[in-house]
Amino acid sequence: MNKHDLVIIGGGPAGLSAAYEAYQAGVEDILIIERDNTLGGILNQCIHNGFGLHRFKEELTGPEYAGRFIEMVNKTNVQVKSNSMVIHLTNDKQVHYVNKDEGYQVCQAKAVILAMGCRERTRGAISIPGDRCAGIFTAGACQKYVNMDGYLVGKRVVILGSGDIGLIMARRMTLEGAKVLAVCELMPYSNGLNRNIVQCLNDFDIPLYLSHTVTDIIESDGRVSKVIVSKVDDKLKPIKGSEIEFDCDTLLLSVGLIPENELSKEAGIVIDRRTNGPVVYENMETSIEGVFACGNVLHVHDLVDYVSQEAAKAGVSAAKYILHDKKDKGRLIKLTNGNLIGYTVPQKVRLDNVDDSLGIFFRVRSVMEKKRIVVRSNDKVIYKVMKLHLAPSEMENIKLTKEQLQDCGDEIVIAVED
Amino acid sequence: MKELICIACPRGCHLQVNEETFEVKGNTCPRGAVYGVNEIKNPVRVITSTVKIKGSDINRLPVKTDKAIAKGLMFDVIKLLDDVVVTSPVNIGDVILENILGTDVNIVACKKM
Repeated sequence: MNKHDLVIIGGGPAGLSAAYEAYQAGVEDILIIERDNTLGGILNQCIHNGFGLHRFKEELTGPEYAGRFIEMVNKTNVQVKSNSMVIHLTNDKQVHYVNKDEGYQVCQAKAVILAMGCRERTRGAISIPGDRCAGIFTAGACQKYVNMDGYLVGKRVVILGSGDIGLIMARRMTLEGAKVLAVCELMPYSNGLNRNIVQCLNDFDIPLYLSHTVTDIIESDGRVSKVIVSKVDDKLKPIKGSEIEFDCDTLLLSVGLIPENELSKEAGIVIDRRTNGPVVYENMETSIEGVFACGNVLHVHDLVDYVSQEAAKAGVSAAKYILHDKKDKGRLIKLTNGNLIGYTVPQKVRLDNVDDSLGIFFRVRSVMEKKRIVVRSNDKVIYKVMKLHLAPSEMENIKLTKEQLQDCGDEIVIAVED
Repeated sequence: MKELICIACPRGCHLQVNEETFEVKGNTCPRGAVYGVNEIKNPVRVITSTVKIKGSDINRLPVKTDKAIAKGLMFDVIKLLDDVVVTSPVNIGDVILENILGTDVNIVACKKM
């Protein structure tokens, strides 16, 4: 069995940032295991720009953003195994992987960082009725076909879901010569960033149908020929008689992302049902000591910049664990979701392990204007901030100082208030 | 007064731009003020796409305009890329096409391939 101080599962933006920061923090024996043949993960197919405004203070495309991190990691002694698939993770930090050259290998790690990312929800996950035929793709799969393989998957396109990938693909397909007839969104608001509504839909006069969903798919000669879209009521049920028929050959689905936690679950890591990712402490450590998680495997992010930031924290924490772990991390404080809060990351805080301050990422549950984010403990307000605009699609973050945390009881409640 | 959503960054500020004085309100950073004025006078976009590449295990090289270009030229830029074929090795920032469409904008590579 080979041994490494730190094994990072996944060489996308999270894995790269975690590896770089762990190396900078003093860990020299680091291995990244990546299933694809190159590093960079999903950024390789995200050829649009808008990445890196926070991290590099300039606007980069996905491959450029990945390129920066790949170059940073290449200058270190971090080892990379590409074309290698991790198939098991045990609770005593053994990583089982396979590849063409080495066959089946088991590797013992002192610490593990989970950076496996997420995958797309498919037609099956949302039970769209209708014919089962060719021409139905997830938006991300379509993005790979168009941007990396060079195949345009259809000429007349309907897109279900207004998440960012769906919006980006509406523009991409249009630029490459396809006609995007409609983007339909089940909710009364878009799940994408405002800027993407402007530059991907409005720029090309692509209509956005809010409160609409696909209620039938009709095939002809084995390929999509019609998609039926219906308006939904306030309980999200389709309204009879509101059907719109689109003659098209392609349906793209942008209906959400699922963190890929099969390995985490197998290892026995506690998963949060709200994020579908591991429950983590202040330092991104999961319920198994020495196993950390970051990026989209932990919770789905809107911006890669935040992934890099979170992964950096996981990398530094893993280094601390390997080089000088303190057993006693202090009093435990639980973060609880109050009114209209969907989830928080981290979910638990060990007070002595917080340096100067603690950043908390969270999402709200509906679109709101002019509300306060209020943090309370023992009914005492410890922090509040005014927000002009809140939406589930926009991840929020707040920072609590160590002093503020010291004043808290064993539970902190984050809530949206008037 | 024209209402716009700023696309300079993912924050998406709601801007109000005076169409006569070009005064911008609602922006939270200087980039927003520039965007607001540009969007009224001469809307521009950075355009990203791909070109064919030979000698690499992937078929397409991602490229972009190195500066924002007039929004009206988007489809013309994409058309220019149709017949371009490059050969590996290519580095990030390599110029693939120079001074496209009589602007001083270049098409540059976005990936080392």
